[in-house]
Amino acid sequence: MNNYEKMWQELGLDVALHNEVLAYINKGFQNTVGKQKNRPKTMEYFDNVLHESHGGRVAELLEEKSKGKKIVGFFCIYVPEEIVMALDLVPIALCGGTNFSVPHAEKTLPRDICPLVKSTLGLAFSKTCPYAPIKSLAVGETTCDAKKKVWDILSQKVNFHVMEVPQKKEIIDAHLWDDEVHTFVEKLEKLAEKKLDAGILRENIEIMNNKRKALQHVAKLRIKEPTPISGLDALVVMQAALNDEPVRFTKHVEELCAELDDRIKKGVSPFSNKVKKIMVSGCPSVMGNWKVHSLIESSGGAIVVDETCTGVKYFKDLVDTEVDDIEGLLGAVADRYLKLNCSCFTPNNDRMDMAKNLAKEGNVKGVVQYVLQYCHSYNIEAIRIEGALKQANIPSMKIVTDYSEEDTGQLRTRIEAFLETLA
Amino acid sequence: MTTAGIDIGSRTIKFVIFEDSKIAYYCITDTTVEPLLKVKEILNGKKFNCIIATGYGRYLTQEIYKCPVITEIKAYAIGAHFLFPDCRTIIDIGGQDTKIIKLKNGSVIDFEMNDRCAAGTGKFLEIMAQTLGMKIEEFGSVALQGKNSVPINSMCTVFAESEVVSLIARGEDKKNIALSLHYSIINRLMAMLGRIEPEDAIVFAGGVAKNPCMVELLKKNLGKLLIPNEPQIIGALGAAIIAQRGDQDEKS
Repeated sequence: MNNYEKMWQELGLDVALHNEVLAYINKGFQNTVGKQKNRPKTMEYFDNVLHESHGGRVAELLEEKSKGKKIVGFFCIYVPEEIVMALDLVPIALCGGTNFSVPHAEKTLPRDICPLVKSTLGLAFSKTCPYAPIKSLAVGETTCDAKKKVWDILSQKVNFHVMEVPQKKEIIDAHLWDDEVHTFVEKLEKLAEKKLDAGILRENIEIMNNKRKALQHVAKLRIKEPTPISGLDALVVMQAALNDEPVRFTKHVEELCAELDDRIKKGVSPFSNKVKKIMVSGCPSVMGNWKVHSLIESSGGAIVVDETCTGVKYFKDLVDTEVDDIEGLLGAVADRYLKLNCSCFTPNNDRMDMAKNLAKEGNVKGVVQYVLQYCHSYNIEAIRIEGALKQANIPSMKIVTDYSEEDTGQLRTRIEAFLETLA
Repeated sequence: MTTAGIDIGSRTIKFVIFEDSKIAYYCITDTTVEPLLKVKEILNGKKFNCIIATGYGRYLTQEIYKCPVITEIKAYAIGAHFLFPDCRTIIDIGGQDTKIIKLKNGSVIDFEMNDRCAAGTGKFLEIMAQTLGMKIEEFGSVALQGKNSVPINSMCTVFAESEVVSLIARGEDKKNIALSLHYSIINRLMAMLGRIEPEDAIVFAGGVAKNPCMVELLKKNLGKLLIPNEPQIIGALGAAIIAQRGDQDEKS
C-alpha cells in the first residue's frame, strides 16, 4: 500500500488517519468475507477490486483525469451511469459502509441519521476519501430526507447537482423524471464541454446492459442447487460493481458465472446441505459493510437473493435500445431508472410484488428485512413487505441496525432463532 | 440419561441438571466479568452425559467445552412447554433483553425481541432502583405501595434517569416514581405484545418475573399469568431437555 501514500498525500488526504481507515476496513473484511471456506477461485478478482478501491482504482482514475476525463461521484443507483460515460466522464459511487468514519460525521451532523450518510460524509470531512478531491462533480438525489439536507450543505463547498427522484409513479411524475434526466444531460454537457451523441450513448447503454446481464446471470445461478456461491461473496461482487471499470468488471463476472456453472454441475457449495435459504430485503450494504450478511451466513443461513440496491435493483432492468434517436434513448434511460422501487415512493406496490416474486423464485425459507437505523421509509415499509410475504406463506424478520459491532450478540440470537423457526 | 443445560446471561448464569424427566439440580450465579471462570466453577465435579449451552455466553462456552449451542429463544420455548404444556406465549424479561415468544406444541412460531437498547429490561429496573437509592429486590414491592403514577416519557434509560432525577428534585414520592417506572416498562412491553398477538396460556419468565409489581401490572393487562417457581432457570432447563434428545440439529 505504501506506494500509494505519495498519491494520497498529493490528494491532500490525512495519510495517517487514512491508513487507519484502511486497516479498519480490511480487518472487517478479513473477519467476514475472509473467514469463508470453499469460495469460488474467480472471487479473487473482486476481492482485489475492494482492496484496490482506495489505491489502484484511484490511480487509474487520476490517469483518466490526466487524459481529460472528469470524474463524477454519485451516491445512489438512480443516477444514470450510461449518460455520464457517454460524455467521456467517469462515474464512481461514493457511499460509505464503514463505521470508522461515523464519529467524524457526528462532529457536524446529528447522530440520529442513517449510518450510510454519516459514514460517507465522515470520510469526506476527515480527509480520508480519495475520491472527494478528484471528482469534478457530485450528483445527489432525493431518495431520503437526510441526503437532501446534506446535499444543501455539500453544495456550498463542492460542485454539486441534485436529481429530483419523484415520489409517486403517476404520468406527471414520469414527466418530471424525464425532465430531470434532460437537465442532468445539460449539466454534464457543460462539465464535459461537449454534446451528447446518440451513437455514443447507445454504445454506453450497451456496456451497462451487458454489465446488468452478467449480474442477472449471477442472480440466476445463486438460486440453483446446490447454492454455488455465498451471499457474502455475491455482495462483494455487487460492491465491486459500484467501483470498477464496467467492461473489465463484466468480463470477470462472466468468468465467475462459468465457474459457478461448473460448481453446480460438480455439486460444489460453500454451504452444508442443512443450510436454510434466505432472501435479504431492504437497505443496501455498501463497501465496508458485511455485517448482516456475515451474521446470517455464520448462523446457518445461505443468502441466495438480495432485494436491495446492492442486489437485484441494480441490475434487474435493462435500458431498451430499440429506439431511434437521442430523445428515444434518453426516454428509455429515464423509464428504466424509474422502475427501481426505492422505498421513497408512495405507494410502492411494485416493490411488494417484486419482493414476493423474488422470494418465491429463490425458493427461500424466509426473508430478513435489513433496515439501516433511522431509515424511516424502509423501516415502515417493512410492515407492508412482511404482509405481502405472509400472503405467500413466507416468514420474515426485520432487523434494524447501524454499522457498529456492539449489537452483534443480540442480532445473532435473533437471526439464529429466526432460522430455528424455519422448517 | 443425565443431561445439563447452562444459560449464560448478561447478569446471571443458570445451570440445570435434568434426570428421569425432572430437575435434579439447579443453581443461579452472577455472571461477573469472568463468565468462563464462573462456568468452570459451576461445572466442577458435576456429572452428566451431555450439556447444551444457551444465552449470550453460549459461544464462549462452546469454545472451551465443545458443546452444542441453541438460542435462548428456543431454550425458553422448550423449558416453558415442559413446565406448562398449555403455554402458547412466553414473556421473558432478562438482564439485557426482553423477548416475547409464541409457540405451538413447544415449537417457536414467532418471536419479538428488543433492539440493542436496554430500556424495558432488567437492567433498566436495576439502574432506576439505584437512582432511587433502593435495592433491586425491594424495588417491586415499594412500587406496589405507590398510589399515583406520574408519566415518564423517555424510552431511553439515560433520559429516563434524568426524568427520575427531576421528579425526585420536585419532591415526588419515591413510591410513585417507582410505580411509574414499572408502568413505563409495561407500556413498552404491551406495544411489543401488540405486534405478536399473544395467546393463552401466557408464561412470565426471566429474572424480572421475580418482581411483584411487574407481575401485578402484567396481570392487570393480560389476565391470567403463569409464573414458574424459579423463573430464571427456564432457558437452562430447556437446554437440558433438548440435550436429552441427543439427536438434535443444534449447532455444534
